[in-house]
Amino acid sequence: MKITVTVNGTDYTRVVEPRLLLIHFLRDELRLTGSHWGCDTSNCGACVVWLDETPVKSCTVLAVMADGRQIATVEGLARGGALDPVQEGFTACHGLQCGFCTPGMLMTARWLLDHNPDPTADEIREAISGQVCRCTGYENIVRSVQWAAKHDGGAEGEGDHHGPRLRIAPAQGRPAVHQGAGHLHR
Amino acid sequence: MQVPAQVEYEKAASVEHALALLARYQPGARILAGGHSLIPMMKLRLAQPEVLIDVNGIRGLRYIERAGGELRIGALARHADLLAAPLAGEHFTILHDAERVIADPIVRNWGTIGGSLCQADPSEDLSAAFAALKGSMIIHGPDGRREVSARAFHTGPYETVVGPAEMLTEIRLPIRPGSGSAYLKVARRAGDWPIGAAGAAVWLARGLITDVGIGLTAVGAAGFVAAEAEEFLRGRTADEQTLARAGEIAAEHCRPASDQRGPAEYKRHLVRELTARVLRIAVRRAAEQAS
Repeated sequence: MKITVTVNGTDYTRVVEPRLLLIHFLRDELRLTGSHWGCDTSNCGACVVWLDETPVKSCTVLAVMADGRQIATVEGLARGGALDPVQEGFTACHGLQCGFCTPGMLMTARWLLDHNPDPTADEIREAISGQVCRCTGYENIVRSVQWAAKHDGGAEGEGDHHGPRLRIAPAQGRPAVHQGAGHLHR
Repeated sequence: MQVPAQVEYEKAASVEHALALLARYQPGARILAGGHSLIPMMKLRLAQPEVLIDVNGIRGLRYIERAGGELRIGALARHADLLAAPLAGEHFTILHDAERVIADPIVRNWGTIGGSLCQADPSEDLSAAFAALKGSMIIHGPDGRREVSARAFHTGPYETVVGPAEMLTEIRLPIRPGSGSAYLKVARRAGDWPIGAAGAAVWLARGLITDVGIGLTAVGAAGFVAAEAEEFLRGRTADEQTLARAGEIAAEHCRPASDQRGPAEYKRHLVRELTARVLRIAVRRAAEQAS
């Protein structure tokens, strides 16, 4: 079946078997190997990508179901060579060790902060409760997301690439809802 | 590596289109909504449909609204939609209680209400919640639409009254005054299926229980209902002793199986305790609503 999927703003048209899972479409067909293929049973969350602005487990979605839809993967997070604050947060707070769960954690973290710019530690833990990390004990992941919340809101629009990425308080920065999707899909 | 077997795929543009596709491909066709039950079943070859009919593109099946004295939930509403809907929490707190403990936030983003019900897993949470609320299901088929009580919807594990050429389109929950509801679940870990869970809805008038619904899941309760405990409660005063006795009756009449989630006796203990607890919370909420 011929499908066209927009991934990180780029249209890809491919002929695929209906049984092909979205995670394999992204990794094997498009060679976007940032999203990881983990448990295969929608438990671990390493494969989390955005499907039409909503995080989903791409091991449990068929590629054909994404036909005509928008996908955002971890490859779409950085903007113009500058890392997204969630990526910087994971770097600053040692939010990863082996890195296998990280792409899924980043995509969920970005979505959480787009909808809840100042989450509590409990809200962060709830948001990532469907994702497994075997290294960090989650403590540093929570800190990383909190770091990102504090430093979020810089590099807001298309215009501010003229200057250094400004880190300002979340309240003045990124609007709460769906702002993230714009930059991921542009 | 787990992948589904070869399968054909069709996109339905409307309910009518889905029904036409079902008629053309039955009995080998299955409706694909969120796919969070069906795709794992296909990976394990527990389900091997020949044709998938994807209904995600049908407009107008994803809604939660109040109409005709009822809360109406479109079959394509996602779990996250129900959890986020103030209308659901306002009238039926049990729905938000249940949704908070169904799978995990990412799965809830894509899994659908209708899909969960049609999967008919004997440990499914909303089946118990809708049974407690005495809701009904709207089913469309080649001969038009019919309405079936939530309590008559399931015919056994993984089986429902929805025929091979039919499709569940809506869940209806009657909104009646004086009610309170609650849901509690015990699971081994976050996001897991329940070891046992109970939901209750009570309708009070002057301290008397005028009507009550008790839903149980994962414990072998026929139709997800604790019918004997409901019968016992109707017309009685909602005091502690009565609610505790209802828990005992519910535990006596369910038929849990010993499995990797725990021995039958432990599950019976859960039913006794959880039933009494959800009744207490539901009664308190009904009283709060009345005051």
